[in-house]
Amino acid sequence: MTPLLTVSNLSRDFTKSLDMVAKLLNRLGQNYREEVVHAVDDVSFSVFKGEIVGVVGESGCGKSTLGRMVAGILRPTNGQVSFDVTQAKNTDIPNALRTQMIFQDPFSSLNPRKRVIDIITEAPIHHKLIAPSEKRAFATEMLQRVGLDPDTLQRYPHQFSGGQRQRVGIARALAVSPEFLVCDESIAALDVSIQAQIINLFVDLKDKFDLTYLFISHDISVIEHISDRVIVMYLGRIVETAPIETFIKQPNHPYTQALLAGVPRLEVGKRQYEPISGEIPSPLSPPTGCHFHPRCKFATARCKAEKPALREIAPAHFSACHLNDEA
Amino acid sequence: MAGKIATTGIVPASGWRKFWSDFSESPTAVGALFVFLVILFIATFAPIVSPTNPYDLASVDIMNSRLEPGSQDFDGNTFWLGTDGAGRDMLSAIFYGLRVSLGVGALSGVVALIIGAAVGLSAAYFGGRFETLAMRIVDIQLSFPSILMALVILAVFGKGVEKTIIALVLVQWAYYARAARASALVEKNKEYVEAAQCLALGDRRIILHHIMPNCLAPLIVVGTLQTAHAISLEATLSFLGLGLPITEPSLGLLIGNGFEFMYSGDYWISIFPGVALLITIVSINLVGDQLRDIFNPRLQR
Amino acid sequence: MDPILQIKDLQTHFFTKAGVLKAVDGVSLEIGAGEIVGLVGESGSGKSITGFSIMGLVDAPGRIVGGQILFKGQDLAKLSPAEMQAYRGNRIAMIFQDPMMTLNPVLRIETQMVETILSHDGSVSKIDARARARDALGLVGISSPDERLRAYPHQFSGGMRQRVSIAIAMLNRPDLIIADEPTTALDVTIQGQVIHEMQRLCQETKTALLWITHDLAVVAGIAERICVMYAGRVVEQGPNANVIAAPMHPYTTGLLGSVPGQNRRGQPLQQIEGMVPSLMNLPTGCAFQNRCNLVSDICSSTNPDATSTKDGRLVRCHNIAAGDSA
Repeated sequence: MTPLLTVSNLSRDFTKSLDMVAKLLNRLGQNYREEVVHAVDDVSFSVFKGEIVGVVGESGCGKSTLGRMVAGILRPTNGQVSFDVTQAKNTDIPNALRTQMIFQDPFSSLNPRKRVIDIITEAPIHHKLIAPSEKRAFATEMLQRVGLDPDTLQRYPHQFSGGQRQRVGIARALAVSPEFLVCDESIAALDVSIQAQIINLFVDLKDKFDLTYLFISHDISVIEHISDRVIVMYLGRIVETAPIETFIKQPNHPYTQALLAGVPRLEVGKRQYEPISGEIPSPLSPPTGCHFHPRCKFATARCKAEKPALREIAPAHFSACHLNDEA
Repeated sequence: MAGKIATTGIVPASGWRKFWSDFSESPTAVGALFVFLVILFIATFAPIVSPTNPYDLASVDIMNSRLEPGSQDFDGNTFWLGTDGAGRDMLSAIFYGLRVSLGVGALSGVVALIIGAAVGLSAAYFGGRFETLAMRIVDIQLSFPSILMALVILAVFGKGVEKTIIALVLVQWAYYARAARASALVEKNKEYVEAAQCLALGDRRIILHHIMPNCLAPLIVVGTLQTAHAISLEATLSFLGLGLPITEPSLGLLIGNGFEFMYSGDYWISIFPGVALLITIVSINLVGDQLRDIFNPRLQR
Repeated sequence: MDPILQIKDLQTHFFTKAGVLKAVDGVSLEIGAGEIVGLVGESGSGKSITGFSIMGLVDAPGRIVGGQILFKGQDLAKLSPAEMQAYRGNRIAMIFQDPMMTLNPVLRIETQMVETILSHDGSVSKIDARARARDALGLVGISSPDERLRAYPHQFSGGMRQRVSIAIAMLNRPDLIIADEPTTALDVTIQGQVIHEMQRLCQETKTALLWITHDLAVVAGIAERICVMYAGRVVEQGPNANVIAAPMHPYTTGLLGSVPGQNRRGQPLQQIEGMVPSLMNLPTGCAFQNRCNLVSDICSSTNPDATSTKDGRLVRCHNIAAGDSA
């Protein structure tokens, strides 16, 4: 089976270029260097049709940047994202619309000056997927799909709650019949009980409309709940990829282990936390070799010097750790 | 299936009602708005509300010149604010003057807004060298005192209504450009713009339909305050003898013309147009201040 | 052992031009010396306002309109601002979600910490105050405290800043710390560190801690007792294990059912129907009636009182199983 989406050697750098004065001084002998952040550093993975792939990581890991590149909002510095059009259901949708994104902030992800009906139908009308006369019927159906009352079509975003706004955002994305959805922290800004509703909605929509998800979240409980496979990122690199059962039961990379050990869990009673030491390094000056070595209990000299490759250590289980070589 | 979501019980007020509710929190601003609307009415309907037409040569009699406020002419009509050197009724002259002042100020403001907004929005959206270049020009322009620039432009191109308006536009557009760019930069980073890009709506549509409508608020505030500035600038130019010709006197010109009479004690020929100008500008500024407070997102309304 | 904090029927209302917002409407809870109590609720439940009310930090148009906040017997609600000043930062301290609410960006850490000490105890010399500040930083696990003292807040990461806020809170050895979402904005691994520090500190210094959060999983791991708030009222409170394992109030049950996790893979999460009622327009009777699956006639007429249960809980519900009540 070929993947629906393939990401190959994807990288994205953010450079703070030198201003005129600094460039001038450089010519006169000074040595100002540009500040570069390797937000995403040589990332490769595939997503198969119908999967939910969770991407998890902490601040600076690059997951949001990755999501934006997959959705086509941000251009990569290197590498590419390829979508297998042969597996697409609907052939008369423009390719650019096949991947859509659901955003994090319900308060800024909807245009405050547009009514909900316009928010949802703008893209389909623009791309001539529906006729302007069908606007109302189409928008009604979209709202019903996401569980909102169609009477609210004429309202403005500020007249809805956070959870309802997220639903409008989902309706907007679904209106162009995408195959692939990137959900970037789509539930992080919502209350717990509302999160549950939106999580259920995502699962429902996936089954009903044959969707594939890249689900980005810092919340490991949510990732564990809905993902089929998990990608763990740290400072721009993938450190581990595993099917969900393996991720939960046999995490390989020391960072994954630390992450899972530190997550507050509802099931366990009162517990003593044994956290890993150290801060997350600044993306501006990441540690050499394996980015995780300063905080890793098992670090060796090799870890400091050499960047570990992402290697398949078991079927569909990849890990980037030198310790696997010793085994 | 996703559970039934009840719609919010209380729908927050929106649109004009909310705007008015916020605006009327300041009685000063409401008062200023009222005064401004009166001035606007007078300016628009000057030929109708004015007691006389001071530029109708037939009705003006040199015998009435330099009469004090409250004096009467031979027919028993009262000159409430006196007459000027040629016998024109000051009150009527002020009404007509308001018309010209407001007209020139508003027109130049609107044109400057369109140009400035276009430059500022594009600079913010496209970034890169275009933005750097455009904003340098704006910065350089803003570092010149506006009155100086206007004087130079008029000195080079000569007097006249069109040339005055052009000079005012050239002096003002940079303020709008800067306000538009600042606002557009904020909006550009918001997720709804990213969503529009994800939906492949095209740059033109995104700028005009998504970014611009959300930048209007600060532009309106700048517009209000800048219009007041333009009116006062035009008044200065006319006072100095540049700017508008005598056939279409603005308040500034009236002040200028009446100035020579100040020394002989006929204050009303200069002072009253001055007061009218002051009231106009202050009322516009007060309205603009309240608008700025309403639209300021940090004040947590 | 007398509780260090006893809140009795606290009511804090906000008088806005749109109406009266009953943010806190009858909250009662107790914290014993050295105890960690979790105050859990979603947005709009009133949990943060409860914390602010205790500290006397409720600003106009809000104010405390009823009830008592007994701190070691003294009713804080009745104190004047000047009298409250003596308690704040001294006997009771607060930690906020955003450490920049505590830290002044233009002051060095040292300046701010020394100021905190000196403002409550003028007799301490600056040198001693500085030494205490150093020790406090060491207490929260910050290495090379001398360098860190001279730094400005922007030179720290988010997790470090929160630790400094905790250190400042601990400076005057308060009896009670109120922590309002202290780890919500932190990364998972840093959150683990901070929770660990606070747990250790409270165990060592026997400081009582009120941990306000929306995250049930966090309080499940560290609190001795849990209070669940909904629409300005505490609907259930009791020992941690009991509340988490066998919730009694329908809202608590719904909330626990909403939390995703590895055990629930493949199953839809429980959804609580409907929405939180507007705090300006609370229905008569129980605030949860429109969303409750156990609702009965009495729920729309009478606001339930707190019923004691056999396993040491207080639940505000008319319909808890009769066998459970004490």
